[in-house]
Amino acid sequence: MALINMKKREVQAKVVYYGPGRGGKTTNLEYIYRKFSNRIKTEMVTIKTHGDRTLFFDFLPLDIGQIAGFTVRMQLYTVPGQVKYDATRRLVLRGADGVVFVADSLAIRRKENLLSLKNLAEHLASYKRSIFSIPLVLQYNKRDLADQGIPLLPIDTLESDLNSKLKAPSFEASALAGPNVVQTMKKIISITLESLQKEFQS
Amino acid sequence: MNKQFKYEAAGQGSYVFHQEQLNAIEEILAKDLMGLGVHSVFLIDMAGNVVASKESGEVKHDIYSLAALAAGNFGAVSTMAKLIGEEEFSLLFHKGQKEHIHFSKVTGDFLLITIFGKEISLGFLRLKVAEAMEKLVRILGFEPKILRNNH
Repeated sequence: MALINMKKREVQAKVVYYGPGRGGKTTNLEYIYRKFSNRIKTEMVTIKTHGDRTLFFDFLPLDIGQIAGFTVRMQLYTVPGQVKYDATRRLVLRGADGVVFVADSLAIRRKENLLSLKNLAEHLASYKRSIFSIPLVLQYNKRDLADQGIPLLPIDTLESDLNSKLKAPSFEASALAGPNVVQTMKKIISITLESLQKEFQS
Repeated sequence: MNKQFKYEAAGQGSYVFHQEQLNAIEEILAKDLMGLGVHSVFLIDMAGNVVASKESGEVKHDIYSLAALAAGNFGAVSTMAKLIGEEEFSLLFHKGQKEHIHFSKVTGDFLLITIFGKEISLGFLRLKVAEAMEKLVRILGFEPKILRNNH
């Protein structure tokens, strides 16, 4: 749920990076944090286990500048992807204005992608939101691993599994190396703000 | 006077806070809480966004990160309460060596976070927070309701 402060002329909106465990959600935020470090005034907040798995969430506030006379602040979050952190995922999703679904392109993770997407839809429904109407971008991560001969799911398969009904914008990406990480972020910011604008105009 | 206030249930919509409301909220934070000697106070929503904040200036806090963590913390503790059969806990408070932090739910969608030192006792703070909350609820409205324009 976005917050509009007419006194400060500021909009705050929440984007959550969702997806199966070890899929690259935190890596996306870490890349964004490094890339825009000169424009991000605060540290990225991470709450993780000793094994570097996200335990609660990662948080990165991004000031994206002025749009239509308003300062826009996007709060980027990731959820913990491991199955056992289901209750935590639901908590972090509260008030989300946009979602990036980071799918794992590894062939062995096909089932986990499907389960995670279903899980997202269920949690959104518990907040009376629909996965079909919330601003959503799909990212097919780890595409760079093809160069190392690791079996990946073809894009057609990922699209058919995850996007045949959603018809959301999608990007092939490599969160570790960078390709399409920023483009994914820009797209979700753009469609989230469009959605907010429509909401307030109505 | 033209008043417009839009308020929707958590997870369904967004909030617009107009200057008059924010002025009224900030006055309560300043007079009722900062006036006691509290170091920082901020009003946030359950998604972790900051509605209003006041700081004494002695220490500069990263209020946006604090807000995200506070919302997450409160959410986690509330869920734990329900798992053990409690509707909610009446007190969420963390005690530090020099700084303490107190959480208070203001309607179902907002939290009041107060950071204070040893100059103020917890009991006194809770009393004052309760008084401030009554005033804030009148500004924020009850849940959920939409007020129409008054021309």
